[in-house]
Amino acid sequence: MAEKMKTKELLFGPIFDNNPIALQIIGICSALAVTSNLNTTVTMCIALTLVCAFSNFFVSTIRNQIPSSIRIIVQMTIIASLVIVVDQFLRAYAYSISKQMSVFVGLIITNCIVMGRAEAFAMKSAPIPSFLDGVGNGLGYSFILLVLGFARELIGAGSLFGVPILAKVTDGGWYIPNGMMLLPPSAFFLIGLIIWGIRAVKKGQVEKDTFDMAPNTRTSEAF
Amino acid sequence: MFEHYLSLFVRAVFVENMALAFFLGMCTFIAISKKIETAIGLGIAVLVVQAITVPANNLILHYLLNEGALSWTGVEALAKLDLRFLGLLSYIGVIAAIVQIMEMVLDKYVPALYNALGIFLPLITVNCAILGGSLFMVERDYNFGESVVYGLGSGAGWALAITLLAGIREKLKYSDVPDGLKGLGITFITVGLMSLGFMSFSGVQL
Repeated sequence: MAEKMKTKELLFGPIFDNNPIALQIIGICSALAVTSNLNTTVTMCIALTLVCAFSNFFVSTIRNQIPSSIRIIVQMTIIASLVIVVDQFLRAYAYSISKQMSVFVGLIITNCIVMGRAEAFAMKSAPIPSFLDGVGNGLGYSFILLVLGFARELIGAGSLFGVPILAKVTDGGWYIPNGMMLLPPSAFFLIGLIIWGIRAVKKGQVEKDTFDMAPNTRTSEAF
Repeated sequence: MFEHYLSLFVRAVFVENMALAFFLGMCTFIAISKKIETAIGLGIAVLVVQAITVPANNLILHYLLNEGALSWTGVEALAKLDLRFLGLLSYIGVIAAIVQIMEMVLDKYVPALYNALGIFLPLITVNCAILGGSLFMVERDYNFGESVVYGLGSGAGWALAITLLAGIREKLKYSDVPDGLKGLGITFITVGLMSLGFMSFSGVQL
């Protein structure tokens, strides 16, 4: 039973309780640029989850052989090799998506989630839990990305996976697409709002004030 | 010729700002922008590393990896090789090596700067803006001159963005923000507004 709980925690903990993007602020770098449509979003999610899971697995397998002074380079080499495999695979079987994602496939290498999990978890744990931890963190990342991709493509282009959902005015329908959602700033706004949403439910994640405010000077107390 | 380079530089700094238009280097961008001094330190470090690694990777690409790039060796078997699939691995290796060398050189000859940069130097290896700069250079097929200008420009753009954000955040901590938005949430929305501001540069042509 305890074993089962652990697995569940490893897999689902990173989605809400300890989301890598919303709470740990890591791995945002290459995430936001690919969310303007769902095709690239889903590809990115799968690619990252695979790379994260397998890099954790391999790093964990050889963790007792890695000298600690060169561990970063060793981890980097493992991750880079996995990313090369993903990149070549995409080029061979999904060329148009790989073109759209341009440099962001390569940037999985420097995605802090992958490095962070390899360093923080895989260096200390057995291969199987590390693998699950990688999958879990990949899922936590995918969760935020899919919400973003869904909202941005639906509102920005009136479609999902390129299939029209809301009939656009230009095609004789009623929906006027909000082109702003396809531009970079909207991703920042949305992620800010998602964090607000998660923290409204999970009060424990709210950050403390840097300064104590004098009583009755906050807007929320004035009414 | 000069106009071409100037236009490339301005585009790299403002229109295609690494942080605000391509979301690169976001982790450090958000995490290390609480104080102006540290933000400027990190910004300068990124600028220097970017200006060295992009041209260095450009040379690696043109003299080692590209199809037929090894023809300068004069060996026929080598001249036929196309090693571009090793690109990612070589670029990140070059970046890690250059950061390491820079750290040693600075420690020996400019200890003041070394102490000021402190922990930021090793962190730069995993900054997506640096690898991103090299990958954009490959994708856009820049020649050596262009890659020097692009490295400088994109580094300067990133440094500018993080300094501006740190300035805003220093004022922001005195304001009354809704509970859930405190810290991370409001920072993202601020960055969004900055990004919107930088969008107005798009279309600038020299």
